[in-house]
Parts: sequence; structure tokens; C-alpha cells
Amino acid sequence: MNLLELKHLKKYYSSHKAVDDISFSIPQGTIFGLLGPNGAGKTTLLRMITGILFPDSGEICFDGKPFDPMADPMRIGYMPEERGLYKKMKVGEQLLYLGQIKGLPEKETRERIRFWLKKMELTSWTEKKVGDLSKGMQQKVQFISTILHKPKLLILDEPFSGLDPINTNLIKEEIFNLSSQGTTVIFSTHRMEQVEEICESIVLVNLGKKILDGSVKKIKQDFKQQLFVLELPDGYDSVLIQTDIFSIQQKQGNSFKLKLNEGNTTNQILQYFINAGIQVLSFHELLPTVNEIFIRQVEQPISITETSTL
Amino acid sequence: MHKTWLIIKREYLSRVKKRSFIIVTLLVPVLVVIFFGIMAFLAVGGSSEVNQVGVLDNSGVFTHNLHNGNNIFFHYVSGETPDHFRLHYQSEGYTGALCIPMFKINQPKGFTYYGKTQLGLDADTYISGQLDSVLESKRMQLAGISPGILKSIKADINLITITGEDQKEGSVLVAFLVGYGSGFLIYFSMIFFGMMTMRGVMEEKTNRIAEVIISSVRPFQLMMGKIIGIAGVGLTQFFIWIVVVLILINGALAVLPGLAVHAGHLQSIHAPAHTPGNNQIAMQIHQVLNSNINFTLVIGGFLFYFLFGYLMYAALFAAVGSCVDQDAAESQALILPITLPILMSFLIMFNAIQHPNSALAIGASIFPLSSPLVMIARIPFGVPWTQLAVSAVLLIGGFIMTTWLAGKIYRTGILLYGKKVTLKEMAKWLRRRN
Repeated sequence: MNLLELKHLKKYYSSHKAVDDISFSIPQGTIFGLLGPNGAGKTTLLRMITGILFPDSGEICFDGKPFDPMADPMRIGYMPEERGLYKKMKVGEQLLYLGQIKGLPEKETRERIRFWLKKMELTSWTEKKVGDLSKGMQQKVQFISTILHKPKLLILDEPFSGLDPINTNLIKEEIFNLSSQGTTVIFSTHRMEQVEEICESIVLVNLGKKILDGSVKKIKQDFKQQLFVLELPDGYDSVLIQTDIFSIQQKQGNSFKLKLNEGNTTNQILQYFINAGIQVLSFHELLPTVNEIFIRQVEQPISITETSTL
Repeated sequence: MHKTWLIIKREYLSRVKKRSFIIVTLLVPVLVVIFFGIMAFLAVGGSSEVNQVGVLDNSGVFTHNLHNGNNIFFHYVSGETPDHFRLHYQSEGYTGALCIPMFKINQPKGFTYYGKTQLGLDADTYISGQLDSVLESKRMQLAGISPGILKSIKADINLITITGEDQKEGSVLVAFLVGYGSGFLIYFSMIFFGMMTMRGVMEEKTNRIAEVIISSVRPFQLMMGKIIGIAGVGLTQFFIWIVVVLILINGALAVLPGLAVHAGHLQSIHAPAHTPGNNQIAMQIHQVLNSNINFTLVIGGFLFYFLFGYLMYAALFAAVGSCVDQDAAESQALILPITLPILMSFLIMFNAIQHPNSALAIGASIFPLSSPLVMIARIPFGVPWTQLAVSAVLLIGGFIMTTWLAGKIYRTGILLYGKKVTLKEMAKWLRRRN
């Protein structure tokens, strides 16, 4: 079942089209990546999902029903890229305030705050002003404020920016935890290596339009360029290896990057070396990284892939 | 509305708990009372300068006829020439020498005071007054008018004003003070709390928390929560001030009658032709307590006009605050259209106190942008119920309108970062649908 469905969303400003007819769906319980360069329309999209902005046209379906801007934001947790908390307010007080305006009753909020501060090792800072904390600690506090009300949908915009590796890992762990407990996560970022680690499916937007859409595995398959990496023992030179089956793109030490020519199979590559009596140490396909796909699509968009997700 | 209440609570508590709030709230009334205390003390005569004046009277007219004052004592010297006396008065134990030559009764000339330093204004006036008084008596004596007849001629009318339907005694002076005072107070507080509102609205932007809050509450709720929370701070401050001032006044009242009598006594010495016991000041204070100024109306009106005047203008301050991103200079330009009407109302208020029933005063006390300042200044002078009612209704209407307008600007401005907002752009947002 899809937790979120966006249908033909449009948001136009007088100077440009921020969101220009975007549609996609997010299944419940997945970790979903929203990617795109700066100015692509990601923030506008997220603001419409959280009820901060209203679309000029199009529909948003949340949990099977049309989006209710009054009630549904109570079940959504949003951590925007523009990080911020009231600097002059104490940590505990502020978490209580933020929890209460999400509709939580006071007593329960206090219990949850205690729990999370302990988990994030921030208990001793409860009575301190937020401005006194380091940036990493502030971000942890902000993360807590985002999940305090156990949202069904968690939206994180660049959650790891400015965090050291330890805190990054801490938050990542929490994201996986929450996901396994059934929370749906939208993860918006430029950091492609994180996308590969964390996301199951992604959507790529640029200039207000959807460029790509689908599970990470499938997209990689769609964009593969028939490249393979082969490792041979010492002493072999590219010049010695000539065939129609493949061409050698690059040699680095003992690693050869091969491109399989049209109409040939991977087995034929192996067959060639076996026949030539050359020992193959290792062999695997080189799938494009999301980073490469991203750059390729953004710089020279070939086509808008209308693949349906899952 | 529970959410708006949460916001109001937060805005109110975060400001009231601050140390600066407590200090200002308690300090200001104390400072004000001390200020007035010093003024009163100085007026009544805090001079400790004692003048021992040696009078060398060659005319014979003034000898033993000059009355000693608070700090001025006359001693009569004889057997010396003025030239000698004016050089040696100090060694003879006097602080000053008053040399009076022989003179024609109609041409008093040559009266000279020698002193180490210039005479203070008080002493100067006193001595001249004494000399004048004695000379006048002498002239009258020569003209055949006895002192008794003189007293019965001198006029000294104290005008009592009675106004209104209940024909209560009034004092123009008191009405003036109350009107002026309340007007000034409202002017000051509208600007002060208006700026506080603007800074309060900027809080979400400077802390970069606007998006998070707006994802949980409607922008309008946030704006109103802030405005009302700050209004609460203002009312609390006024309430505390009133209580503190009342306590201090009750304490001072014990001292005040004494001061009043003292002042009246001095007055009669300065103008000896008046009969003593004619205490103008004491009488006027008596008038305050019995005056026809309806204090409940004044205080009630003050609270109403402060509250709705603030609410009306605060919405505009909030609208500006939502468009400014930390830069104080930016905000100055945008604030001008708001502070200008307030300033103009303040100036009109001055005029209205002099002419409380002029067309300008009546008009300005009904027009919502100026009514908070002008009407409150008119109330001590008496205002017809119809005018009050119309003014109040229009003010509430004004507040609703500015809040509605501000809401539209606020909801867009609060999420904008980095862009410089002009008035033109704000006008555009007004036309965008919700």
C-alpha cells in the first residue's frame, strides 16, 4: 500500500515553475530517496507534502485519503535542510514545546523526551540553552524533535550535513530502526553514496520535472553500460589482448575495465581468457553509481523514464 | 485553538522570565518617582545657601523694614561709607553687601548688591521683591493710602471650574496632566511593544526554525500567538507599574501634605502682599482628589485603547518583521510607514489637549489609526458617549483589518530567506489566495 501518492503536482511562481507536473508514489515502510540538484524543486515538493505550501494544482494522497493540511502534518515529521532551533530556549523545554504543538499530551511528551535524550546521550544537557550546545548536539536534538511524535512519515532533508562520522552513524542507525518499525522515510540529499547505502527506491527531479523513478537496483540495471572489471595476474598488457568480444577501456595495475561489445555475452569474455590460457583472478560487472546516473541525467537528460515503481 | 494558546504561553513566559523584564518593570517606577521627588525637592527650595546680607541704607526707608527669608537674613549697618563697606563686608561677617543710596522717591536708582559670586535667582528675586514691597508701601503711605485699605484692594481670585452633568469640580491642570500623561504612555508603549513584536516575529527567522514550526501550526496561529503573548507581557508590566506606583504614592502622601504647606508658605513670602494661608498648590491637590475626572473611565479607556491600539499596530509590525532577515537597517525603511502615523497622532494629541473639542481632535479621536493616542488624551476633559462608542468600534474594526492583511504577508514572508523584500512585493502577496 502506498503511504503517499503525488499526482500531477504543480507549483508555479511568477518567475519560474518550481514544480512542473510531478507524479510518483511511495510505498509504506520504505526508505525513499528524493534527489536533485539545487533549485530542482525538492524543497517546494517537500513543503507541499508537509502542508507548509499548497499546490496550484494536482493531488496529494496520504494514507489512502486526500491530504488534510490540518490533521495529516501531525503524523509527519519534517527536518528541513535549514536547520534551526530557538537558541535561547532550554533543550528540555523546547522539545516539550515542539512535541506539544504536534498534538502530544504533556506527560507523555516528557517521558519520550527523557527516553530519547538518554538514547542520544544528551541527558546532562536537558536544562541547558540550545545555543550552548555544539552543532552536532543541536542536530541530534532537532532529530529528536522530529521523531518525538512517532510520525508515520519521516522527511529528512540533508540530515547528515555537518555531522561527524560517529553522529552520522548514530542517526543512520536510528533511521534503519524506525524503518524496521514501519515508519516510511523520505530522504533528500545530494550525497549519492549515502543514497546507495540507505535507500530502496529513488526519484530524481530537475527543473521542476521528474527525471527518474524506481528502485535503486532496477535503475542501475537500466543504466548499465555493459562495463566489467577483470583482474589478471602480473605481466599482461592491453596490447596483447585483442578481440571483437570486448574492448579495453582502462588498465590500472592488474585491473582491466572492459566494455562488452554489442551482441556478446559475459560468458564469452570468460571463454576468451580460458581459451587464451590466461588466469582470471576476479571478474564482476561495473554498475553505474547513482552519482554517475545523476550527473548523466542532469547534464544530458536522455528521456524521462516513465517506469512504474514496484 | 489549543495550539495558539500553547504559542501564547511560550511567548509570554519566555519574556516574563527574563531578568531584563524584571529589572525594567521594577526599576522604571522607582526611577520615575525619584525623578519627580528630586524635581519637587528642588522646586520647594533645596538650597542650603545662607545669605547674611549687610544692608547699608543711606535713605533710611528700608532700615528694619525688610523681612528675613528662608535663607536670607538682613542685618543693618551704619557708620560706614559704601566705598568702605563694599570692600570690607566679608571681614565684617557678611556674605553680601546691599548699598542703598539716597534717592528720589519716584526714581529709585543706585541700588547695588556686592557679593563674592553672582546671586542665585531665588535670592535675587527675593531681595528685589522685598525692596519693591517696602518702596511700594512707602509710596502708598506718601499718597495717603493706609496698609489696611491696600489689603482690601488687592485681588486674589481662585477660579473653580465645574463641568459635566454631575457638576463636579474640575481642575484644568489635572485634566491636562492626566491626558498628557496617558497619551505619552500609550505612545511610548505602542512603539516599545511594537518593536518587541517585530523582533519577536524575526525570532523564527533568525533561529531558522520557521519551517519546523509552520509544519505544525498555521502561520496565522503563530502570528497571533506572538502578538497576544507580547500584549500579555505589556499588560503585566503596566499592572505591576500601577501597583508599585500606588504603593509609592501612598508612602509619599504622608510627606506630601507637609511639602504642600511648605511650598505654599514660601509662595506667600515671595509675594508678601498676598495673605498667608492662600495655598494654591495645596488647594489644587485637594482638587485632584475631588475632581470631576472619572478615573475609572480613564483607566478603563487607557486599557482598552492601549490593548487595541497595540494589537492593531502590532499586526503591522509583525508583517514587517516577517520580511526582514536579521538586518536592522532593512527594517528601518519598512517601519517608517508604521511609525509615521503613530508620531503624527502623538503631535495631534498635543493639539487636542489644548483644544479638546476642535474638529481635528474629534476626528482624530475617532479615526482608528490615531484614536488610541488622541482619544485617551481627550477622555479627562469629558467625551460624549456616542463619540466613544464609534471610536471604539472603528478601532476594533481597524485591528481586524490590519491583522487580516498582516496574516497574508506573514505567511509568505516567514518562509523567505535571503531575498530583500520591498513594499511592492508585499503588496503582491496580499493578492495571493490563501
